[in-house]
Amino acid sequence: MRSKAFRPDVDAPEWKGGHSPYDIIKEGTIALVVVSILTVLLSVAFGSPDDPSITIKAWSTNAPMDFATTALSELNATSGSAQYGAPYNHASTGQQLGPLTLAKWIGVRVPVNSVNDYIIDPLRSLPKQPALTADLSQWSSASGSTRAGWVKDYSQAANQMQIVNGQLVVNATNAGPLPVMMADLFQMARTGALDQALVTQNGFYTSDYTLPLLFLADGTYLSGIAQKQHLTGDQWGMMNETGNYPGQAWLWLYTFWYQIKPFNASGNGDVLVWGLMMVLSAGLLLTPFIPGLRSIPRKTRVYRLIWREHYRSLP
Amino acid sequence: MSTTEIDRQWTTRLRKRVAGKLPPEKLLPDTQPTYVSSWIYVFGVTTMAALGVVIASGCLLALRGPQWWHTSSVGHFVNSLHLWSVEIFFFAMVIHLWGKYFMAAWRGGRALTWMTGVVTFLTSIATAFTGYVSQSNFDSQWISTQAKDGINSTGAGAFWNVLNSGQMLMWHIVLLPIAAVALTALHVLLVRIKGVVPPFEKTTEVTQ
Repeated sequence: MRSKAFRPDVDAPEWKGGHSPYDIIKEGTIALVVVSILTVLLSVAFGSPDDPSITIKAWSTNAPMDFATTALSELNATSGSAQYGAPYNHASTGQQLGPLTLAKWIGVRVPVNSVNDYIIDPLRSLPKQPALTADLSQWSSASGSTRAGWVKDYSQAANQMQIVNGQLVVNATNAGPLPVMMADLFQMARTGALDQALVTQNGFYTSDYTLPLLFLADGTYLSGIAQKQHLTGDQWGMMNETGNYPGQAWLWLYTFWYQIKPFNASGNGDVLVWGLMMVLSAGLLLTPFIPGLRSIPRKTRVYRLIWREHYRSLP
Repeated sequence: MSTTEIDRQWTTRLRKRVAGKLPPEKLLPDTQPTYVSSWIYVFGVTTMAALGVVIASGCLLALRGPQWWHTSSVGHFVNSLHLWSVEIFFFAMVIHLWGKYFMAAWRGGRALTWMTGVVTFLTSIATAFTGYVSQSNFDSQWISTQAKDGINSTGAGAFWNVLNSGQMLMWHIVLLPIAAVALTALHVLLVRIKGVVPPFEKTTEVTQ
C-alpha cells in the first residue's frame, strides 16, 4: 500500500461516519407521484401552445406582395436560400469559423435549386393548361442566356408589380414566358396547390418540409408573425415559443450570445456561437480534469451550505 | 463440464464482474451515509421521476399519431402533460447539475459519473429540441427555420436536417430517447457503484 498527497479537488476522503436508513424505492415512488401531480396541475392551469402552422396559401392571400416578391427572388436567385451555400447549393462559401469553412467542406447534401424547386417543378405538376404548357416548353427549350435575359427583364418590370383582382400583374415585354408562369404560380399558391406541390416532389408520402420551410423563411410574412410573438433572435426568441410559456429556457446561454457583439454583428455569428458553445460544453464535460475550474466549488464554499447539517455535527 | 470451463464462460465472467461491482445492497441500498441530508439531493430523483412522466406522456401522444393533439382536446391535454413534465425535468436537472458542481461530485474516482451526467444533459437538450421542431405547428416552423442556420454552419445540417420533420420526429421519439435513457441508466449505476460523494474534509493523504 502506498500513500500520495491528497488532492482536495480530485480525491474524496473515505467516509468513516455513520449511516442512516434510506428507502430508495419509497423515495422514487414519492418523487414520481409528486411530479405527476405537479405536471397535471400545471397542464390544467396553463395548457400548452399550439398556434397553427403558416401555409403558403395563407401567406399568398394575406401578404400577396411579399409572396410575389419572394417568388421573384427565387426566380432571379437572390433569395436567402438561393444564396445560402451548403448544404443547399454552391452559391456561397457559407459561414466560416476562422479559416474553417465547415459547411462547404461537407458539401451540398440537401440540394435546393430555387428556380426549379419553387417555380418550374410546381408549375409542371398542374393539370395541363395549354398556355402554361407552351410557356414551360418555351422555358425548357431556351438557352441559359435567353432565360437570364427573360429573368432580368421580368425582375426590372417587377418593380411595378401589382395585384389586380387577385391576379399578379407584371408588365414585362421581353420576359418570354415568365409573366404567365409567375401569374400561374401566384394562383397556384392562393389555391393551396403550391403547398402540396412543394412537399410531394418526392412522391405521395412525405415528411420532409425542407422546401416549403425554406420558401417561407425567404419571405417576411413568417418572420413578421414571429416578431409580433417576440420570437426573433434579437428578442431571445430561439428559446421561446408562442404565448407566455417557458419554452426552451435551458438554451438561455446559447441564445445569450446572439444578443451581444461580436456574435450579433458578424456574418459568421451562428458558427461563432456554436464554436463557443462547443468549447463551453467540453469545459463542462471535462471539469473534473481542469485545474482552477474544478477548484471553484471548494474555494467558494457553497458546499458548506449544502452539507450544513454534516458540518454542524462535526466536533 | 468442468468448473474451470464454466468460470471461463463469458456469461459467468460478466455475472461475477457485475456482482462484484454492484452487489444488491449497493444497487438497492437501505442505508446511506449521514451526510446525505440536504434538499439538493431531491433534484436527482426528481429528474428521474420527471423523465418517467415525460416518457409516459410521450407514449400516450404516440398512440394516436403526430397530428392527434392538434384536433383533440384530450390529445392537447396529453401534449400539455408532455410539455410541463419536460419543463420540470430540465428545472430539476439543472439544479441537480449545479448542486453536483458545488459538491465537486467528481471527486473520489467519480469523474465518469459527472461526465455521463453532462452528456445526458446535452442529449436531453437535443431531445427536447427535436420535440419542439416536430410539433407541426407555427412554433416548429419558426424554431426549425431559425435553428437551421446554426446547425448548417457547423456542417452537421448536411446529415441532420432540422427542416425534415420526419427525420426530426424519428430522432425525437426513437434515437435520442434511447440514448437519454441509456445514459441516465449508466449514470445512476455509476452513482450506485461509487456511492454519493462525501463532503470536503481536511485530509492530507489518500491511500490507494
